[in-house]
Amino acid sequence: MLKIENLRVEIDGNEIVKGLDLEVGKGEIHAIMGPNGSGKSTFANVLLGHPRYEVTDGTVTFEGQDVLELEPDERAKLGMFLAFQYPSEVPGVSVANFLRTAVNSVREEELSPMEMYRLLQEKMAVMQMDPKFAERYLNEGFSGGEKKRNEILQMLMLDPRLAIMDETDSGLDIDALQVVARGVNEVRGPEFSAVIITHYQRILRYIEPDRVHVMLDGRIVTSGGKELADVLEDKGYDWVRQEFSAGAQS
Amino acid sequence: MPEDKSIQELGLDTYKYGFRDPEEYFFKTPRKGIDPEIVAMISKHKNEPEWMLEFRLNALEAFLERPTPQWGGDLSELNFDDIYYYIRPMENQGRSWDDVPSDIKNTFDKLGIPQAERDILAGVGAQYESEVVYHSLKEEWENAGVVFLDMDGGLREHEDLVREYFGTIIPPDDNKFAALNSAVWSGGSFVYVPPGVHVDIPLQAYFRINAENMGQFERTLIIADEGAYVHYIEGCTAPTYTTNSLHSAVVELIAKPNARIRYSTIQNWSHNTYNLVTKRAVAEENATVEWVDGNLGSKLTMKYPAVYLMGEGARGEVLSVAYAGDGQHQDAGGKVVHAAPNTSSRITSKSISKGTGRSTYRGLLKVHEGAEGSKSRVECDALLLDEKARTDTYPYIEIEEKKVTTEHEATVSKVGEDQLFYLMSRGLSEEEAMAMVVNGFIEPIAKELPLEYAIELNRLIQLEMEGSVG
Repeated sequence: MLKIENLRVEIDGNEIVKGLDLEVGKGEIHAIMGPNGSGKSTFANVLLGHPRYEVTDGTVTFEGQDVLELEPDERAKLGMFLAFQYPSEVPGVSVANFLRTAVNSVREEELSPMEMYRLLQEKMAVMQMDPKFAERYLNEGFSGGEKKRNEILQMLMLDPRLAIMDETDSGLDIDALQVVARGVNEVRGPEFSAVIITHYQRILRYIEPDRVHVMLDGRIVTSGGKELADVLEDKGYDWVRQEFSAGAQS
Repeated sequence: MPEDKSIQELGLDTYKYGFRDPEEYFFKTPRKGIDPEIVAMISKHKNEPEWMLEFRLNALEAFLERPTPQWGGDLSELNFDDIYYYIRPMENQGRSWDDVPSDIKNTFDKLGIPQAERDILAGVGAQYESEVVYHSLKEEWENAGVVFLDMDGGLREHEDLVREYFGTIIPPDDNKFAALNSAVWSGGSFVYVPPGVHVDIPLQAYFRINAENMGQFERTLIIADEGAYVHYIEGCTAPTYTTNSLHSAVVELIAKPNARIRYSTIQNWSHNTYNLVTKRAVAEENATVEWVDGNLGSKLTMKYPAVYLMGEGARGEVLSVAYAGDGQHQDAGGKVVHAAPNTSSRITSKSISKGTGRSTYRGLLKVHEGAEGSKSRVECDALLLDEKARTDTYPYIEIEEKKVTTEHEATVSKVGEDQLFYLMSRGLSEEEAMAMVVNGFIEPIAKELPLEYAIELNRLIQLEMEGSVG
């Protein structure tokens, strides 16, 4: 489904991702955990093609197709999705209006206004959102929790085959976290894969991962099953640094 | 010919006046430039009363005396001797569709404008399709005593009213371009709404189409008598094609006590045009005047719709949106003068600049001594679509009274990489993402327009951004 080999990424001449390998199979949910500054968010943004980052080496293929040369919208149309850590505000554009445009641009056949309305109502109910929310301007004046819920709402509406979630759990209280997790579990199935990027293992209590990877200094330094998250919780990232720091490896 | 008949029914047969004049020959081959002889010809050709001729000639003097403004945009390439100041409607109509440049035709295609409307927009014919609609509305208005004529017709049929108000809000010597308009004006609208009458459907210049309506020096006067309400919509959003390089209109609005006038314009001039327009309104006691003003196209636009709040409790609002693309300068804004107590005003200006485009907000807020309890708010927001684009803000504020509330807020924002990436990651192309940001930016103004105009405004800006409008 998603295969990444020896990915190297720079921003303004500084290398952030330093030879990352990852393979996510169909229907799998992977977690990438790591301390601040390990390159997690850069990695997430690169997968969708953020123009600020430069890929200097390696490959990213999605369902066998090399995506590194594709524009972000082309990647979206292939079924890739990124839930943003800090989604942008777009004043004057309502959530409903935005979703209508977005959903119709990733679909082969456009939905009728009625179908769109029903779909939105249904997905907002899953995310426990007030229908009035759809009339608000996109992310403008949203609380942290509202922004994250809105990201997952977009995921439900766009129905991607691969979702990358960039610290979707950070800053959420337990109720909001559960709602977000419910959204992800709603789409979980043999046709849906996800990469959950997080600092904490808390969200993994609600969304059980198939694989857990630990990222440090731009690389994945160790991988394991869901029990690896518990080890991390107990021992902390200092343990990771001692065991897997760049110096120790080379 | 059936077409001739409909022209007469509509009262649009202006060219029968002076049709047999010896000057006929002169107007068949109009000459460029302006002098008393040309002005006298225009007046005579229209069979105007003596006082209007005098008005025009005095205005001409004021025009010739005044220097070209040195502030605002660059007018150095504007050559007053290289302009036709009066072209008879018939000659305008004689132009054929084949003469219209292909980029303008393409825009019509993209906007889906029917051929009959394209002809009039391109200045090649009159619109007959709206005749039926127009007639039924016209009857309704007439029964209520509403007058809605072209300015020449207004002068003929309601000379007393015109004489009382014409040029009182914007005197001929107000500025060089108002003076020019006063000397050579032609076309425009005359509207009078009697006391207490609410005109529910917007009056659209659209329906009162004649070739002169699209002229370069149109003159509009709207009077809403006590407690009356009218919404006037000028022009339309399709590009107004003109071979002339100068458009200089004058619009005067008078809102009597408790009256309300809303005046909406979206103009899209061809890119070689200097668009220099004077718009001013007077709002008497508890009256409201609202300008909704959209400026696209043109080489240079200088336009600052004004409201003078002359009576206690009067309210004024200016909503202005401008788009400056490559090589264009939109110098626009609003003016509000508080001259009575407890008056309130709001100016909202939004500009978008792209490429080498430049937008300027220029506004005046003046509160006279004694206008206590007045409130005003000025908000100007600029959106830059790329690195080269430029915006400036000149908010002049003169407050002579202490007991007032004024707020001023100015923002400049750029369409950011992060914002575009966000939208593109949801499947929107870069152009669609840009258009969405821009449409959102002008939403506060678009929502004040009737739906079909708002849609056209959005669509038009999108077309301009794609660079597909000539």
